[in-house]
Amino acid sequence: MSESMQIHEHFQIKWGMVIDVDKCTGCGACQVACQAENNIPPSQQSFDRLRSVHWLYVYKLENGRPYPESDIAYLPRPCMQCGNPSCASVCPVIATTKDEEGGIVSQIYPRCIGCRYCMAACPYHSRVFNWFDPVWPKGMEKTLTPYVSVRPRGVVEKCTFCHHRFQLAKRRARAEGRDPHHLKEDEYIPACAEACPTGAIAFGDLHNPEHKVHQLSRSEHAFRILERLGTEPQVYYLSRRPWVRRQGDNYVQKDQQRGE
Amino acid sequence: MLDEPLLPEGVQRCSPARFLVWITLLVAVVIWGAVAAFLIFGWGLGVTGLNNYFGFGLWITFDLAVIALGAGAFFSGFLKYILGIDELKNIINLAVIVGFLCYSGAMMLLVLDIGQPLRAWFGYWHANVHSMLTEVIFCITCYLIVLTIEFIPIILENRQIHKISLFRNLAHNFHIVMPLFAAVGTFLSFFHQGSLGGMYGVLFGRPFALREGFFIWPWTFFLFILSAIASGPVFTMLISRLMESFTRRSLVPYSTKELLGKISGFLLCIYLFFKFLDTWAWATGVLPRSGFSFEEMFNQVYGQWLLWLELGLCGVVPAIMLVVPTLRSRPGLLYAASFLTCAGVVVNRFVFTVQTLAIPVMPFDQWYTYIPNWTEWATSAMVVSYSAIVVSLAHRYLPLFPKERQLNA
Repeated sequence: MSESMQIHEHFQIKWGMVIDVDKCTGCGACQVACQAENNIPPSQQSFDRLRSVHWLYVYKLENGRPYPESDIAYLPRPCMQCGNPSCASVCPVIATTKDEEGGIVSQIYPRCIGCRYCMAACPYHSRVFNWFDPVWPKGMEKTLTPYVSVRPRGVVEKCTFCHHRFQLAKRRARAEGRDPHHLKEDEYIPACAEACPTGAIAFGDLHNPEHKVHQLSRSEHAFRILERLGTEPQVYYLSRRPWVRRQGDNYVQKDQQRGE
Repeated sequence: MLDEPLLPEGVQRCSPARFLVWITLLVAVVIWGAVAAFLIFGWGLGVTGLNNYFGFGLWITFDLAVIALGAGAFFSGFLKYILGIDELKNIINLAVIVGFLCYSGAMMLLVLDIGQPLRAWFGYWHANVHSMLTEVIFCITCYLIVLTIEFIPIILENRQIHKISLFRNLAHNFHIVMPLFAAVGTFLSFFHQGSLGGMYGVLFGRPFALREGFFIWPWTFFLFILSAIASGPVFTMLISRLMESFTRRSLVPYSTKELLGKISGFLLCIYLFFKFLDTWAWATGVLPRSGFSFEEMFNQVYGQWLLWLELGLCGVVPAIMLVVPTLRSRPGLLYAASFLTCAGVVVNRFVFTVQTLAIPVMPFDQWYTYIPNWTEWATSAMVVSYSAIVVSLAHRYLPLFPKERQLNA
């Protein structure tokens, strides 16, 4: 990748996730929590992953070997909040940026023109489009999260690491006379991490040694998806199984390092 | 004839009734597309065949293809007004109209394609200077204005309009400043043709499209310019041939067509030289660095046949046919080669748009196939039909071809 394609912002805080694939049972609680928290409307196309609105998707991984060596894993995929996002530089109207302390890639719905160039740019398929108007069955609108704006049809959306929770945590810290840029462990966590029954999703500041993600991301079992492309994701995965780590990236025959 | 006073002097045209039947057929297709457009605006893009994996589809392929093929307008203008190749005066009017239709048609589809068409002006207001698409938005809108300005004097040449001294003088003055607009058009076109290619080359998350390049421009920037100027002239020539078969009249001298074929042929050779180099560098450099092999870029649907079709049958073959004088002097071969050249550019734009998105980049993801639905086909047909209506009206009422009378005497 040429230098001109890279956009690097350096932040004091780098919110990140470390997802232990070996702990994930594929129950989907993270997906449900995400949908409810972020006002994602129910739709008749919810079962069509090419058409449904989802910010977090759980992929099923298989090692492709016959029984008794066959093995599976589940891999929840939120937005990677890339350090060098492929989506932000291509947006013609600056509707998606990576410029706020914390390193979360924003999505500005009232500015998005719906050209979907960012979707073409993102290799993780983290971005989805609102193909129709959102419709909530009568009464269900009462369950909407008041801090999250609903999106009209015709705009792109994606996981924001529950950015509203970050704002609330900062506000609380300010009210208590603390530095909003030094939040304590678990003071701000996204809905998916909160809902995970097995504790597979850890969340925190990757730069802060007091946060457990700092250590976890440096584990010998940690890997990031498609690291070779230079996107520098802020989401790490953990697995003690080499075949799972290998599926984090693509390798050709001559590659020495193959994710093991 | 009812509309006799409006027809150019000394030319024959079909009866008004026959013309009306033809236009009615075209209007019916426009209505079909308008129904689809109504559904899209009314219910949302969910009524199309697009999805979260294929955010770009038939419309973007169509846009890129017609913008490339519409390059005949700026390039013919450049050759005639800047380089002074006078022979091209026989086709320059048609080149301008075809260019105008290609760009205005692409704009129509873009309005449908973007999810929030009322925010289209944000491209100017909140412009992201890092995005190739911003440059495309600026350039194609500016260039459409230039094409409109170039189209106006052609309309003013109508027999009745020309009788009015104000319009006659206006047309005269437009003709005087035309080299300036040809130069502006050339500048704008070079940039947006390039930026359309750059749009794909910068996608570092998509190894199929990713290219290295020069400074901020990936190689696709230059390849898209080259392929557009190689195919644009012969596309204009093919349209003139199509008009000749519909009207059963000679409109453009064969020498002009042959000249366009020769120009396209040489440009196609230059393009193919760099395209082969680019493909080799991509297959042996970009892909392995991204962890992919050449074979992994293709599947049963989007197979290697597409690449060989683009570079071989629609690349090397027409290039030979167009550069060898004895081959291009035979009308059948000239037209076949021109068609293949245009088809090659369409295939190129298709693979960059659709195949780029079909390939699973994450190892645990899978291939998907994109199939456009009727709403996308109908609206695309609407644009083709709209273009045919404008060309038909222009041919009937405007003196487009200076040699028409002489050729049919």
